[in-house]
Amino acid sequence: MENKNIIEIKNLNKWYGDFHVLKDINMNIKKGEIVVVCGPSGSGKSTLIRCINYLEQFQEGSINVDGIEVCDDVKKIKAIREDVAMVFQHFNLFPHLTILDNLTLAPIWVKKTPKKEAVETAMKYLERVGIADQAKKYPNQLSGGQQQRVAIARSLCKNPSIMLFDEPTSALDPEMVAEVLDVMVELANEGRTMICVTHEMGFAKKVADRVVFMESGQIIEENPPKEFFENPESDRLKLFLSQILSH
Amino acid sequence: MLSILRNQKVRGILFQLLTVIGLVAFLWYIGTNTLHNIEQRGIRTGFAFLDTTAGFAINESPISYSEASTYWTVFEVGVLNTLIVSFWAIVLSTILGLIIGVARLSKNWIIAKLASAYIDTFRNIPILLQILFWYNVVLATLPPPRKSIEFFNSIFINNRGIIVPKPIFGASGIYVVVGIIVAILAVYFINRWLNKRQEETGEEFFFLPWGILILLVTPYLFYLLGPDKIVWNMPHLKGFNFRGGKVFSPEFLALVFALTIYTATFIAEAIRSGIEAVKKGQKEAATSIGLSPYQSLKLVVLPQAIRIAIPPTINQYLNVVKNSSLATAIGYPEVVTVFAGTALNQVGQAIEMISMTMAVYLVVSLLVSMLLNWINHKMKIKER
Amino acid sequence: MVYEKVNEKPAPITSKGIIGWLRENLFSSPLNSAMTFLGFYFLYLIIPPFVKWAIIDAHFVGNSRADCTGTGACWLFIKAKLDMYMYGFYPLDLHWRPNTVYVLFGVLILAFKFIKNNMAKIVLFTLYMILVFILIRGGYFGLSVVDTNKWGGLMLTIIVAGVGIIASFPIGIVLAFGRQSNLPIIKSVSVTYIEFIRGVPLITILFMSSVILPLFFPEGVTFDKLLRALIGISFFQAAYIAEIIRGGLQSIQKGQYEAADAIGLSYWQKMLLVILPQALKVAIPNLVGSFIALFQDTTLVLIIGLFDLLAMVQLTSSDIHWLGFEKEGYVFVTIVFWVFCFAMSKYSKSLENRFNTDLK
Repeated sequence: MENKNIIEIKNLNKWYGDFHVLKDINMNIKKGEIVVVCGPSGSGKSTLIRCINYLEQFQEGSINVDGIEVCDDVKKIKAIREDVAMVFQHFNLFPHLTILDNLTLAPIWVKKTPKKEAVETAMKYLERVGIADQAKKYPNQLSGGQQQRVAIARSLCKNPSIMLFDEPTSALDPEMVAEVLDVMVELANEGRTMICVTHEMGFAKKVADRVVFMESGQIIEENPPKEFFENPESDRLKLFLSQILSH
Repeated sequence: MLSILRNQKVRGILFQLLTVIGLVAFLWYIGTNTLHNIEQRGIRTGFAFLDTTAGFAINESPISYSEASTYWTVFEVGVLNTLIVSFWAIVLSTILGLIIGVARLSKNWIIAKLASAYIDTFRNIPILLQILFWYNVVLATLPPPRKSIEFFNSIFINNRGIIVPKPIFGASGIYVVVGIIVAILAVYFINRWLNKRQEETGEEFFFLPWGILILLVTPYLFYLLGPDKIVWNMPHLKGFNFRGGKVFSPEFLALVFALTIYTATFIAEAIRSGIEAVKKGQKEAATSIGLSPYQSLKLVVLPQAIRIAIPPTINQYLNVVKNSSLATAIGYPEVVTVFAGTALNQVGQAIEMISMTMAVYLVVSLLVSMLLNWINHKMKIKER
Repeated sequence: MVYEKVNEKPAPITSKGIIGWLRENLFSSPLNSAMTFLGFYFLYLIIPPFVKWAIIDAHFVGNSRADCTGTGACWLFIKAKLDMYMYGFYPLDLHWRPNTVYVLFGVLILAFKFIKNNMAKIVLFTLYMILVFILIRGGYFGLSVVDTNKWGGLMLTIIVAGVGIIASFPIGIVLAFGRQSNLPIIKSVSVTYIEFIRGVPLITILFMSSVILPLFFPEGVTFDKLLRALIGISFFQAAYIAEIIRGGLQSIQKGQYEAADAIGLSYWQKMLLVILPQALKVAIPNLVGSFIALFQDTTLVLIIGLFDLLAMVQLTSSDIHWLGFEKEGYVFVTIVFWVFCFAMSKYSKSLENRFNTDLK
């Protein structure tokens, strides 16, 4: 496996008005790496990954994705978004379209793929996530876990090299978390680059190459999972782990 | 250089620039055409016409107006008439709307159905049609002055309108006004004192009927203190028509009745949705902690219902003012009829005059939306 | 302890059935009973006299004024003038053209019941309006031209309302997008337009388009009177449509915008494929409400000299052969408007219900 950095974040700083939400973030992610980002709410972890695909804009620093710089250039933004897929906490499926249409929308309108091909690809990924039989249904007819799996399939349709997950299981009922995590574990084992913001520490322990702890807009500590969970170095990480791992 | 064009911010600026250029070009085009056309037709520009004599009569005016008055006075009369008719329609439609809105929610099936039928009927008939109906059908079938319907030999209803005695106050007018002010202040302060007393001692006092009594009696008492008594200008039949008294013309009445009945339907719906929006659990909780129906209405339900009902109701008031412009169809002399109508036909300076007319409504609109914002701000339920 | 099963028993007679219902809804308390009597008395005052005038004593058969002798309604007046109410001054021998329009309208409504695709409905409706234009005005396919000053009555009302709906819709959508935009100039232009139009009465806009609009264009460019009214009404309605659509846009969660961005859609692709369909769905009940208002507003064209249905009734009331029958005319036109508007509001309610069940 090459050791090339696929994402390089240098001295990233972001303000919401006067509020300094990301402070001097430096992070390099190699191709095929699985990185889990965790931390208390308000720590800026969602904001950070949203900067990568330009859903949020930053004032200082730079982000380089697969050789392309994240900036105002429309063409570059488009190229980055074709390469980077995002799975949201609230799924954000389009309720007025069928599951199948949700998946084929981008390939048809953005990549100009012929419909037949788009449908084939879509069905392939729906089968991957185990929802092929629901293709003609509407999102509101599916359970939360099913919807999230569809959302994952939707992002797979463009065969992205990088997948961003923004707390993908936080909005799910407990019994549905497992089915989504299973899909994510499979994807991880396929060699995709994944950045996951999540509280699911079991997932982190299983597949992560690296776990990053953020608080108040700053990266406090990062380590491979074994060291991260068994030997936390900073006091803040110790406190955080004691809070989330107590049950 | 081309890569700049791909910058999102640059694209945004470019797009806006194009829009501005397009707008300016369009305005320049119509501007030059208009100036040319105006010159061609010999129409003057500017507002000098406002000082010239109008030369036509206006049937009803709150300020003195004669054919020798200027066009500016015409404008003033128009605006005042707009405000007068709107005021009456707003007050009456609020009262009617409140009654219908509450009736709509009544447990009595007949009353609720009647209210519902009222709303469904008058909401689906165009307001202009309602105005014309009142004017041409109802008021036109009233008897001629000599055969008026009369009450107590002082109130007369006929096809020239409703004629009532007109009170002339003289010096005692001031006394009455002072009396009203004193009454309002008294009610306000007594209410405050009673609330304070309740907070300290827990004793409650049902002030509402007393408050109404004070408001009605005090001005009269003050009037009795005054030097002279009210002189009533009584209407009396002279020849074919009445002289004296205060006349509410059929144009005025048709407009007020139609606007009231039409607007009341929307106000009723606003009030109904306000009351319905207060969740059932609120009323249940109120009764379960022991509040009487009157108390739960006053302390729990109405405050929440009013929050929701006020913005659409105030919007309806704005609609009343705008709809008063339909008076043109029946000749009530409000601003559109006399200024953008008769006066415009004589002067011909359409742009100035229609702009002035529109400005009146825009000012009212602006005031109303400022009022709404202030109310919303005051009533905002604090959220986390 | 285990209990034996208790079977269902019928309810006591006073709490169910008609008697129960009467007790609960009409006579539950003395006050309630008093109100019930008042209500019935009120109905008694209004309904019988009206029925007597409109139906029992009314004259339905006959040919001329002479046949209307009694105190009842003279519906012969309506029968005699029906032609003008429906077609205005349209030449009698060409009545087949507006008649085709009416029939096709019925066909259109039926078709709407079966077509699910919203896009198809919009395209179909637009095609229909184009057909209406060709048929009514003529000048194409060998049809003789019928000048717009001959158009009138219900036909004109429907044309004005229909054109108003179609023309105001795209303008309103653009304005709504503009108001939501981040670009300050676009936003302020949209806001200014919308707030200005909403602040003034329709009649002033109609005056403006009647009197001032022709001044904007070089001499020789003549504006058909009807066209001026249509322009005024369309631009007026567009502002109200814009606010309704904006309400719909605001109800869409931010996540939808983000997901559309994340999968790479451009601004217009995002708005037209993802956001607008959802916004319109939410906005439909209010949109129908505003169309009902537009339909009622068409009556204002009588003030600028066009002869819509209401104007025709006014006009025929002054026919010297039929003096004194304004009542019948106004009652007739009231019923026509009421039926149209009530039907549309029932349709809107059914749409609302369908939309509410759609969500789950």
